[in-house]
Amino acid sequence: MSVNEAAGTRPRNEAVPGAEPIIVVDNVSKSFGPLQVLHGVSLTIERGTMVAIVGRSGSGKSTLLRCMNALDETNGGTIKVCGNAVAMSDRASVKRLRTDVGMVFQSYNLFPHLTVLRNITLALTVVQKKARVEAEKIARDVLALVGLADKAESYPEQLSGGQAQRVAIARSLALSPKVLLFDEVTSALDPELTGEVLKVMEDLARQGMTMVLVTHEMAFARRLADIVVFMHQGKVWEAGPPAEIFADPKTPELRQFLSSGL
Amino acid sequence: MISYTFDFSFLLTTWPAFMRGAWQTILLAGSSIAFGFVLALVCAIIRSGKSKLAAGLVGAYVEVIRNTPLLVQIFIVYFGLPSLGLRLSAETAAVIALVINTGAYGSEIIRAGIDSIAKGQIEAAECLGLNKLQIYWHIVLIPAVERVYPALSSQFVLLMLSSSITSQISAQELTAEANMIQSETFRSFEVYLIVAAVYLALSVLFRVVLWAIGEVAFVRRRKLRT
Amino acid sequence: MIQFSSTHLIYLIEAARWTVLLSVLAFIGGGAFGLVLALGRVSQHKWLRWLSAAYIQIIQGTPLLVVLFLAYFGLSILGLDIEPIIAAGLSLTVYTAAFLGEIWRGCILSVPKTQWEASNCIGLSRAQQYRYVILPQAARIAIPPTVGFMVQIVKNTSITSIIGFVELARAGQIVNNSTFQPFITFVFVAIIYFAMCYPLSLASRHFERKLNVGK
Ligand SMILES: Nc1ncnc2c1ncn2[C@@H]1O[C@H](COP(=O)(O)OP(=O)(O)O)[C@@H](O)[C@H]1O
Ligand SMILES: [Mg+2]
Repeated sequence: MSVNEAAGTRPRNEAVPGAEPIIVVDNVSKSFGPLQVLHGVSLTIERGTMVAIVGRSGSGKSTLLRCMNALDETNGGTIKVCGNAVAMSDRASVKRLRTDVGMVFQSYNLFPHLTVLRNITLALTVVQKKARVEAEKIARDVLALVGLADKAESYPEQLSGGQAQRVAIARSLALSPKVLLFDEVTSALDPELTGEVLKVMEDLARQGMTMVLVTHEMAFARRLADIVVFMHQGKVWEAGPPAEIFADPKTPELRQFLSSGL
Repeated sequence: MISYTFDFSFLLTTWPAFMRGAWQTILLAGSSIAFGFVLALVCAIIRSGKSKLAAGLVGAYVEVIRNTPLLVQIFIVYFGLPSLGLRLSAETAAVIALVINTGAYGSEIIRAGIDSIAKGQIEAAECLGLNKLQIYWHIVLIPAVERVYPALSSQFVLLMLSSSITSQISAQELTAEANMIQSETFRSFEVYLIVAAVYLALSVLFRVVLWAIGEVAFVRRRKLRT
Repeated sequence: MIQFSSTHLIYLIEAARWTVLLSVLAFIGGGAFGLVLALGRVSQHKWLRWLSAAYIQIIQGTPLLVVLFLAYFGLSILGLDIEPIIAAGLSLTVYTAAFLGEIWRGCILSVPKTQWEASNCIGLSRAQQYRYVILPQAARIAIPPTVGFMVQIVKNTSITSIIGFVELARAGQIVNNSTFQPFITFVFVAIIYFAMCYPLSLASRHFERKLNVGK
């Protein structure tokens, strides 16, 4: 790695010794009908780190993320988030999971019939039972954080893609999750709009937010991720610090993936 | 060519009857729309719900109503039910038939709205920790009704117009009043021309009122236009 | 008292033939006139657009029953010795045209604008554009809602019973007057209507699915 590149990286967060990892994925398998998508995936995500998952389309990245957040049911293995086993059938565990994990989607999934402010306050008032005033204060704070304080009264369809995605991030942040999952959040955006979203994510990383992101933004992953995970055919093919993964790929699959210019 | 002299002089004495008829139609249609909307909502919820049996029963009800004439439905309620021991006034029978009718059509419209809610919306709400009921109310039902509100409104105006059929069981409403007036004045054509004009005015009125209700209920509509 | 019997049922079914005939008349008449209205609605001439829009708005704002009465009494003013079927057919045509006209207008407008531009570029006249490019595409889109509206037409014919035209609903009243068994009589009437309408509803849905798959 060149000196310049090293200067651009952020100081690595040290995993707190003895502290439990925030997410532990252990030997997880997942099939959709006859199609097996995940083949015994294991992965540990330490508190305060950013983990970037990369790989070809169809390699199971989204599915893994969705299993972590109980949007898809696993067929084997276990996932623990903040020490609690994730099980879609166990209501109490899912409920706890929702307070610990926030998720941002490629397609924003803002609620079109609600203002930006209401998009953010909805869960605060309805789930956390906060008073309207308090909820709105929190909402305005997180909106300011993503640089959209002036859009509180707008409706989603009045926003650009980049703005909509920043609102979606703010909406997750408002609930103070312990970890944020991002699934290709810049893939639907025009190139000139991805920067503003990545900037927000970078700020979050610097503040020590634990983040797991599926991404095609290799430069971003290289610069900011603590761990890069390369997924291939439903397996964790290689994982390690970006310096190792990008500079010294061990497998031909990763080498090919990196050279394909993605 | 036969010459015919139009004569609207009957209006001088009968206009209060037209007014009364219009008011009765407003009451009849208004209450049918209100109850019919509630029934439609309940049916749409059941139809897109988990219970296959309940959804099937409601589906059968919707199909039966949509594939038989309102006139026959009215006859069954008004003439048929008394033979089963349930005697109803003409107005009650009219409201019941109209509510049953609106419930069926309205539930199809609302169900289309529910079906149009993207899966990602529900997943996003799940991730925010909303429970099933909260998701159903905030993320599915309200936006669904908002989305199909124009279609619902058109359906409601059609219902108001078809309430004229209840004159056939002598329910008190505009067409029944008109039938009475024409049998006394013998100016049949003129009477129904007037009635047509009054119905036109009523359909404009209903559209305006329904639009105003939509403006109040769905803030986004109002805001995004200005 | 005469019991409701198979004789009555046969009488009802025979009367249903008139319902079918009236429906076909209404569809043909209303369809022809409706096409004119639809083309008027999308015409380049403002007054044509305005005229057909006004017609559609007025008819759609008037109950069919009132249209029927106007046809019935209006024809008698003209001194015509009217058969109920004439008034019935006329009013259903007038009414059906307004609805089909509006439905078909939507179908014509849903053909992408680029189709107009492309066909203009290859030098087709406006009539040729309609004939060869726009209407064939609009027709495909129009099939499901048109078949769906046929259900409304069949049901609407029941209203002509009110001026004494003996179709299915009127036949039901006649049977009821002799049997005094309104429930069973009108339930059978409803069943016969259902048997005519439900296949159309199914067909409409089938065509709609096919159209969506083709997209
Ligand atoms: N709900 C589903 N039903 C069936 N197959 C699915 C479903 N979701 C994903 N898949 C399949 O699983 C595989 C992995 O998908 P995904 O996790 O989305 O990959 P990635 O995010 O890496 O592109 C793909 O082959 C995809 O077609
Ligand atoms: Mg994916």
